[in-house]
Amino acid sequence: MSDYTIKVVEGKYKLSGDFHTIEPNKPILDTAGKLCGITNPRNMVYTHSYGGEAPFFAGITKGRLIATRCDNKDCKDSYESVFLPFRIHCPDCLERTTEVDITDIANKSARVYTFMVCERSGAFNTLEKPIRFVNIEFEGVTTILMSYLLGKQEPKIGMKVRPIFRTKSPTYTITDLAFVPAETAEKDLPAGFTFSK
Amino acid sequence: MITFSKRQLKIPKFARDVYLVTGGNSEFRRAFPEKRTEELCIDALQESARYIGMTAAELKKYIHTCYYGHFADHFGDQLLGEAVIHDRLGLDPLGTIGVKTGGATGGSTIWEAAKAVASGYSDCTLAMGWERMDEVPTDEGNHLISCAADKDWETPLGHIYTGYYAVMAQKYWQVYGREEESFRRTLAEISVKNHGYAYHNPFGHAGFKITVEDVLKSPVVAYPLRALDCCLMSVGASCVILADKETAYQMCKNPLLVYSTAGSHTLRPACRRDMDIPLLPNETGETYKNLDREFPGGERYPGFTGFLAARMAAYYAYNWARIKDPSEDLDVVELHDAFTISDVQTYEDIGIRPYGKGRDYVESGDCYHTNPKTGKPGRLPANLSGGLIGCMHAVGATGIMQVVDVMYQVHGRHAEIHGDPERWKRYGKQKPKDWEDLQVKGAKRGLAISHAGVGSHVTCTILMQPDARLDK
Ligand SMILES: [Zn+2]
Repeated sequence: MSDYTIKVVEGKYKLSGDFHTIEPNKPILDTAGKLCGITNPRNMVYTHSYGGEAPFFAGITKGRLIATRCDNKDCKDSYESVFLPFRIHCPDCLERTTEVDITDIANKSARVYTFMVCERSGAFNTLEKPIRFVNIEFEGVTTILMSYLLGKQEPKIGMKVRPIFRTKSPTYTITDLAFVPAETAEKDLPAGFTFSK
Repeated sequence: MITFSKRQLKIPKFARDVYLVTGGNSEFRRAFPEKRTEELCIDALQESARYIGMTAAELKKYIHTCYYGHFADHFGDQLLGEAVIHDRLGLDPLGTIGVKTGGATGGSTIWEAAKAVASGYSDCTLAMGWERMDEVPTDEGNHLISCAADKDWETPLGHIYTGYYAVMAQKYWQVYGREEESFRRTLAEISVKNHGYAYHNPFGHAGFKITVEDVLKSPVVAYPLRALDCCLMSVGASCVILADKETAYQMCKNPLLVYSTAGSHTLRPACRRDMDIPLLPNETGETYKNLDREFPGGERYPGFTGFLAARMAAYYAYNWARIKDPSEDLDVVELHDAFTISDVQTYEDIGIRPYGKGRDYVESGDCYHTNPKTGKPGRLPANLSGGLIGCMHAVGATGIMQVVDVMYQVHGRHAEIHGDPERWKRYGKQKPKDWEDLQVKGAKRGLAISHAGVGSHVTCTILMQPDARLDK
């Protein structure tokens, strides 16, 4: 594992420590010992900006669900449309949207639009398998958020669900937001997760 | 965007006609430990030269600009792989550009190469696509593919693209498939068909004879999809050569007219908004009057059950090429059968059947070379190459391979290429004793759909014998 720290200081990234480790290449031989190729191991750390979406990712670590709304009265297609995934700019008029806290709406109205139970994952996965992907509809939101379902119940189309938040030791990724069946009790939530705050 | 302006709905056209002169494929395999990507690309180019009786050196003298499609730099671990291939093909110092649109990369590469000819910039162009998917283990491959989803909103969720994609299959399965066992078997039939057709295709790597039961017993990947419902992961290359009329007839006797269009839709399925169904020439407002009553849960369009990008690509292409009804006006199609269920979704998106009725294309037997119900020729045979399920899915090459296979059909040369015993031997394979000729008799017009992941990009390429054109 690389040992590094990074901060934004006066609008610039300040990096210290190791951002990559070097491992030697190894030859790939056939059974007769003939050289066929070479391995290229690599271990790197990227520095990625959340930019204007940072309020959403900060919000879920604090137990709040932040969406955005187009408040441009001249926007023919999307005036007053609420977007989640959060859109920094309205996809139609491209004006900057307004952040809106939809936590209470989500608590009351979240439903499974569709789902998929996935036995496999890719490398670097951090979620427990099988992963229960759910796509969530909220009242008054024009889009259908992708997330995952925790708890004992299997997902169903139309199922009422509630958002939960990894407020204890968050990862600061989208995995800090999950959903559980609406009737789940607080004491039954998975470790690290709480209801909205 | 949920509403369109007139300008956005303009029917496209080329400033001058574009012709397909030739095309070719390498062999496709899961891995090629003994070949570099350039060797596969050279195989494909040499194939296309031989197809019109030229040497590669002669063919190259016609090419003016080059369009290279490969989806994932990180799969081959080579940034600007296009420049490597261009150099190895000995095409420097011609102008060249890379194209990447996920699973639709092959189709998009042809789209670009065609527009260059149409504009008059070039008289002859090369569209070449490939993919190198054997440099990482499968789970890392899954991670790399998942990077084509939104890296903040989707990729951290399991690093597995299937999870973002198959939610659409689930919605379709429940709303339009009504979770019926009979529909599940119809899906399995598509896999049986495509593996079965690939059995007669020397280029492919998963041709075999299986049954519906085999598909239904294969391991679940993401319910209701099983391993045999899914496309292959392949290595290989394909290319086509396009030209204007004068040049095309100098190069070969029977070039084919090309129409090529593209559509797009949200990268994140989550961002799909509700809208009216854009209608194709064989549909009217009446077609969908009762859709939500007939299929409760299907009230959103495209929701997660249709691919707007495919619908738009078909809208542009059909209106341009004057295709009124694909089942009437086309003789053969190659669809992007990434999964059996997305294949059915595509039948509806491109108007082979109306939304909700896709399964009938299979159940009627229309999609077969020979209709198993009637013993007569299928009305609109699909994926006689074996498609992505049976033949290959080497992403950047896929859409081009499908156009090449349609070309063999429309030229009436499918059996000559697929049945050549020397080719089978060259690829280290035994030509099956029960090899079948899958030429569609009298094919004059064909279509290929190239499709990216959750439907972010889709292209539609139509090939026609010039005397069968409908727009003049
Ligand atoms: Zn707006």
